[in-house]
Amino acid sequence: MINIREVTETNKMIEEENLDVRTITLGISLMDCIDSDLDQLRKKIYHKITTIAKELVNTGKEIEREFGIPIVNKRISVTPIALVGGAACKSEKDFALVAQTLDEAAKEVGVNFIGGYSALVSKGMTKADERLIKSIPLALSKTDRVCSSVNLGSTKTGINMDAVKLLGEIVLETAEYTKENDSLGCAKLVVFCNAPDDNPFMAGAFHGVTEADAIINVGVSGPGVVKTAIEKVRGQNFEVLCETIKKTAFKVTRVGQLVAQEASKKMGIPFGIIDLSLAPTPAVGDSVADILCEMGLEYAGAPGTTAALALLNDQVKKGGVMASSYVGGLSGAFIPVSEDQGMINAVLAGAITIEKLEAMTCVCSVGLDMIAIPGDTKATTISGIIADEMAIGMINQKTTAVRIIPVIGKGVGEIVEFGGLLGYAPIMPVNQFSCDAFINRGGRIPAPIHSFKN
Amino acid sequence: MKRTIITVVGKDTVGIIAKVCTYLANNRINILDISQTIVQDYFNMMMIVDMGISPKSSSEISKEMAQIGEEIGVVIKCQREDIFDKMHRI
Repeated sequence: MINIREVTETNKMIEEENLDVRTITLGISLMDCIDSDLDQLRKKIYHKITTIAKELVNTGKEIEREFGIPIVNKRISVTPIALVGGAACKSEKDFALVAQTLDEAAKEVGVNFIGGYSALVSKGMTKADERLIKSIPLALSKTDRVCSSVNLGSTKTGINMDAVKLLGEIVLETAEYTKENDSLGCAKLVVFCNAPDDNPFMAGAFHGVTEADAIINVGVSGPGVVKTAIEKVRGQNFEVLCETIKKTAFKVTRVGQLVAQEASKKMGIPFGIIDLSLAPTPAVGDSVADILCEMGLEYAGAPGTTAALALLNDQVKKGGVMASSYVGGLSGAFIPVSEDQGMINAVLAGAITIEKLEAMTCVCSVGLDMIAIPGDTKATTISGIIADEMAIGMINQKTTAVRIIPVIGKGVGEIVEFGGLLGYAPIMPVNQFSCDAFINRGGRIPAPIHSFKN
Repeated sequence: MKRTIITVVGKDTVGIIAKVCTYLANNRINILDISQTIVQDYFNMMMIVDMGISPKSSSEISKEMAQIGEEIGVVIKCQREDIFDKMHRI
């Protein structure tokens, strides 16, 4: 029987160490909404989302009350809109209207984000893909809750460098369209290599075409829990450190598994996966960077950071995998800058640079995330940063991503405030040397040799 | 059987257990186990109860118990046992 010590331990994690379920994300297929008439398409999309997701927020709240654990976000992901809107959308404006429909549906059911304003172009772009990508700045400036993502490469296909070039321009244009709000639009736009079909985390969530009609994916959290656990083994060797992280990750993930099963049962929608990612927030004590510091680094970014992150990521997976029947999504550790107080401190102290962050993305679960850069950065430079990150993902057979915010009108050292879960960030310097000729070549980078496994 | 863990934490005062147990009895909730400690004047109690035959839903009970807690100056939480079981048992 459960004893008072175990109960106290769990409740301490929830009350003092920020243990929560970061998101219940309901994936909805919009394939059956496809229509060649734009009005019909929009009606069908609105109807399907508001019908299936009607009880999502209430179910989340009910589970919160029953188990006494906060569920921070309830969200929706949909089939990439480039596929759904291809037949109906003849222009960029048409696509932006579909984004507005998604926004209205999200507001109706009360979710804070809806992901899937996306295109999958890892090898080539259809006309519809290109139209959707070009509509992203308009779509993100006209909506509040829509998130957009583009998959630009994969280990199997190589990297679509035409799309990489285009996205450099689109990121900048999105920044320009939303400059009144410190270029906030770019916080809702992420580009991927090896994007997973079942990621529950924004801004990159979309409901892949390999998925069922509707599915529930859950993202757990708990950097604070891991940090508190390893405080108790300060000074001990790596074996002890790794064991401690593994055991903690197991406990955190079990809660996620329980919530996912319960949500699935209550809504009558199958359970998809648990995403094990340690996702930080700007709240004090909810930081991945603080875990790295607790391991023995003065700041995130100090020599040893990549090794520390690698072991953290690996132990989280080892503990988490055993705790859940299905693990998927991004599953690892996120290292966003603006959403992590420890990371912000590292930037302010001059301990971390974009180049060090890039090295860290070789061993984290995602990539360059929520990094503010000067608004006068060239589009080709942004494309260059994206290409580097895509290459890391392609060669290492892992997901990598870039969510970078050129803040129009602001320069290095200034602070940009995004608010809420998105936090704030000091603007970081970018390497000023040109990559114009490289980016302007066009075409695609072939798939790497180790992708030929057949 | 609908096993739920009730925890009561706060400054010790007269009648905490009485108040909680009266509510449980009135709502047909059976107490299976109680453990309690006092650390530096702080009252810390855990009860394992069965809500299987209670006419009220777990959410309702949870809300009402939290209210009682506020009235007597302690924090009362009701959580389904599953969350602890999942976390601490393989």
